Amino acid sequence: MKHLLRRWLPGGRAVVIGLPFAWLLLFFLLPFLIVLRISVSEMETVQFKDLLTFRDGLLQLTIKLSNYQFITQDDLYFKTYLASLKYAAVTTVLCLAIGYPFAYFMARARATVQPALLMLVMLPFWTSFLLRVYAWKGLLGENGWVADALIALRIDHVLVAAGLIPAAGKFMNTPFSLVIGMVYTYLPFMILPLYANLAKMDLRLLEAASDLGATPFKAFWLVTVPLSKAGIIAGSMLVFIPCVGEFVIPELLGGPQTLMIGRVLWDEFFSNNDWPMASSVAVVMILLIIVPLALFNKYQAEAVERRA
Amino acid sequence: MNAKRPLFGDAFNRAFGRGWLAAGFLFLYLPIVALVVYSFNDSPLPTVWGGFTLEWYRKLADDREMLAGLWLSLRIAFFTACASVVLGTLAAFALVKYRRFTGRTLFSGMVTAPLVMPEVIVGLSLLLMLVSMQRATQAAFGWGFPERGMLTIWLGHLLLGLAYATVVIQARLQDMPPQLEEAAMDLGAKPAQVFWLVTLPMIAQSMLSAWLLTFTLSLDDVVLSAFLSGPGATTMPLVIFSRARLGLSPSINAVATVIIVIVAVGVVLASWLIARAERRRMLEMAAAARAGA
Repeated sequence: MKHLLRRWLPGGRAVVIGLPFAWLLLFFLLPFLIVLRISVSEMETVQFKDLLTFRDGLLQLTIKLSNYQFITQDDLYFKTYLASLKYAAVTTVLCLAIGYPFAYFMARARATVQPALLMLVMLPFWTSFLLRVYAWKGLLGENGWVADALIALRIDHVLVAAGLIPAAGKFMNTPFSLVIGMVYTYLPFMILPLYANLAKMDLRLLEAASDLGATPFKAFWLVTVPLSKAGIIAGSMLVFIPCVGEFVIPELLGGPQTLMIGRVLWDEFFSNNDWPMASSVAVVMILLIIVPLALFNKYQAEAVERRA
Repeated sequence: MNAKRPLFGDAFNRAFGRGWLAAGFLFLYLPIVALVVYSFNDSPLPTVWGGFTLEWYRKLADDREMLAGLWLSLRIAFFTACASVVLGTLAAFALVKYRRFTGRTLFSGMVTAPLVMPEVIVGLSLLLMLVSMQRATQAAFGWGFPERGMLTIWLGHLLLGLAYATVVIQARLQDMPPQLEEAAMDLGAKPAQVFWLVTLPMIAQSMLSAWLLTFTLSLDDVVLSAFLSGPGATTMPLVIFSRARLGLSPSINAVATVIIVIVAVGVVLASWLIARAERRRMLEMAAAARAGA
């Protein structure tokens, strides 16, 4: 009897699982299947042709692959996909390089200040992301605070030499401003899982390493870093995957020259009104992120099982 | 030798750590400070300081487009947050309490995927499905449903909100010791009583956090809204985005400052209330433990 009661929940098991499950199947999974279908459909003025037609006793399956052919053969699409992956990878590496030490020092700060530090990391996350990205337009634009500081420190010449900006003193609408915007936006997504991971670490392990003769650096590299692997992967995926398809940041900070696949999809849909092409671009994008996505889901699920 | 010392010498390590944290916070907060400062800028050039003014706030009060967008956004955000918390609580229960059911991997994958899925993909696919649905209903009943507008934007935001709400509430449910519910059942509480008197108060804080988080997420979303909005349904972020694309505009700074102040006050107030409730619960638990002993 008790066993039965224990499994009872409000509305019963069927509702608890069924309602969100059905909702997700209908509004998350089904739309992807429709995108897949439309990406291989022919447009007939405003309607899509049926994939399966039956005429004169002949069952015909029409799958139009020309969109995919176009994507794989057209140089611009290939370059844009490549550039999106490159910008997402650079952003992830920079977020990790800035965020790991940040999360590490946060987790080793006095226990009394840690909640306040955590709150300070979360607070920008609560304020509008759109407005914070917009703010960089002013900071990096002419006479902007950051632009002036970079010029005063002569960093703009270094950036020109690195090929990140076209001319000294011009920061906006360049790969540099795009990456700054993406690192800025996604940094908290890197810091939070890393902090959660590092704060839980058993510090006695470091003492043990030290007792066994490891230098602090060696202990860090051989104990701390491997133990925070789950946090590193979760944080990296939280940054990398959305960055690949980012639209708002390249639109506001990247200028017309920086190629990002999210903008291509947007233009195919809103400017060219080519829904099958936009769908094909989306399908190829899903293929690019499916491995990182599976990795993210696996680690997310494992983290859940471990805690339980 | 100090075994706890993580890296290098203690003093150097501490200074370096503090410096790194300070630089990080400067990076995170500089744009917010700039937004607020330039909202008071009396100059036609948006990045040149020309004295203090409240002109932009006065203009904001007459900005019909922005205010209409704000009203629509607030309504959508309210409904998104409420629905996200309800569905998110169910999904979190399903994931925590039922270790085994058919399609659990698919379910947990679908719950967390919108956290990272590029929004252009989610927006496009949901729109194409809703359009197909509208055409099908149009053909079948002569009445296309759903029309693009507030309802469709809400559906999109709910997808994102469900993911965040589930993660927040799930974390809390997992940390909850199962003995509490078991004890209530042993003492003869009916399942419904267990839920309303034990489980719900324990997860109420996380539900409040999830509500606030999904509310702000919805209030801020551009991409999903752009795909799913129809004629006459222009949310505030869409207004801001279309202006920001054209260049810098002090009107955006004024809106930004108002939002930042409201959110900062709301979040600080909410966390203060949560912390107070937590302290009170601790005291009650301690008192109960004393009474029991």
